[in-house]
Amino acid sequence: MTDTLLKTPLHALHVELGGKMVPFAGYDMPVQYPLGIMGEHNHCRAKAGLFDVSHMGQARYVGDEAALEALITADLSALGAGEQKYTLLLNDKGGIRDDLMVSRPAGEGLFLVVNAATKTEDFALIEAATAGKGTLTRINDRALLALQGPEAKDVMARLCPAACEMVFMQCGAFELDGVEVLISRSGYTGEDGFEISIPEADGARIAKLLLAQDEVEAIGLGARDSLRLEAGLCLYGHDMDENRTPVEASLIWAMAKTRRERGDFPGAAIIAQQIQDKTCQKRIGLRLEGAPAREGAEIADKDGNIIGIVTSGGFGPTIEGPVAMGYIDRAFMAEGTEVDLIVRGRARAATVTKMPFVPNNFYRG
Amino acid sequence: MSTKFTEDHEWITIDGDVATVGITAYAAEQLGDVVFVELPDVGKTVSKGDEFAVVESVKAASEVYAPVDGEIVEVNGELEGEPAKVNEEPTAGGWFVKFKLSDASQLEGLMDEAAYKAHIA
Repeated sequence: MTDTLLKTPLHALHVELGGKMVPFAGYDMPVQYPLGIMGEHNHCRAKAGLFDVSHMGQARYVGDEAALEALITADLSALGAGEQKYTLLLNDKGGIRDDLMVSRPAGEGLFLVVNAATKTEDFALIEAATAGKGTLTRINDRALLALQGPEAKDVMARLCPAACEMVFMQCGAFELDGVEVLISRSGYTGEDGFEISIPEADGARIAKLLLAQDEVEAIGLGARDSLRLEAGLCLYGHDMDENRTPVEASLIWAMAKTRRERGDFPGAAIIAQQIQDKTCQKRIGLRLEGAPAREGAEIADKDGNIIGIVTSGGFGPTIEGPVAMGYIDRAFMAEGTEVDLIVRGRARAATVTKMPFVPNNFYRG
Repeated sequence: MSTKFTEDHEWITIDGDVATVGITAYAAEQLGDVVFVELPDVGKTVSKGDEFAVVESVKAASEVYAPVDGEIVEVNGELEGEPAKVNEEPTAGGWFVKFKLSDASQLEGLMDEAAYKAHIA
């Protein structure tokens, strides 16, 4: 089975570090290391964690940016040099095909990072839609690392001081350990941190250099999931998919105002209608005591009527309790609304909670 | 007192006609950090193979199965506040429930320590 799984440039390092390897998006990835999911999660929020996210899809786009912009919700004319935006790739029904980062770090054109599970489809779509107008180049020879946590900046101050001058969602080309890398000040944990794109031949060496820093521990996908859940961030394929619009997903903020005004993106009419009608379900956070409620658990009102569904859920080590995310009928979306989550056939009391569950620590200068 | 083991990694220690049940160190290690244990009510009757408890880690919930027929006479209340005991002391303070056995002969079908060690090797 593992013969057919893909490996990132850090695979041997994960095994060497004692990573418990599992299949994820077609790759053999570490779900945890000996420190364990709780230990890794807590370490990231206290100090700094290093994540291998090389399985994600990196690409360059050069050419007519309007052709690419037509597929996403960002305003690319407002994306200046050294800036990055979080945006959504939509289908004709306004449903979300993927979430991605688009940036202008250095060199020609745009740099894209999409999810591992959807990269093949995303890039095929972009290539087809921009044919003759721009060139998409898939980047298959670079590692991608995320260094996240309050002490990530202390590590970077030592190894790449220029990167510390960036604030949240800035990006650029830098030299790290003698290698030219692309770094953005961003991540998916709710903490301050940096995402680093490295030529694959240098990936493992730079990862080891980062891990050699006192502040840093290796973090697996298990803790990556609990960290993003506490941060109220969606996991594509679970908290959003092709059948959910940004309105339902409470991601209108990921749609540039100028684009919404122009309505020049897929599904614009449907989305405009949803914003106007205010009747669609909404993604909300949930807190409960006792047993966690996980993906697929139904949400019920106090009379037992089903009013929604949990799309992500687990235990939040920083919260020290269960947390969940899901979609709920509009009438119940207000913070503080008491509902029931059906876990193992029993109704468990839960409360609609604002996200993030843990305050964000993005560095804004 | 003797201890037997099931294929699903439960241990059962028998003292007269009362048995204490928990999960093995191997199972606890496979699960990772335990964050919650859902225990049955005292007085519940279970048959061998019935799911009688659920042990939750950060990422997943796992069922725990009754190794024998019996009645739950005590549950480990400490696990509510300290689920990590399952990882720290799986065969001591991390016990789940005490059963009153209804058919002691069922124990003969379970593995002894040597057989269990071979099972997980």
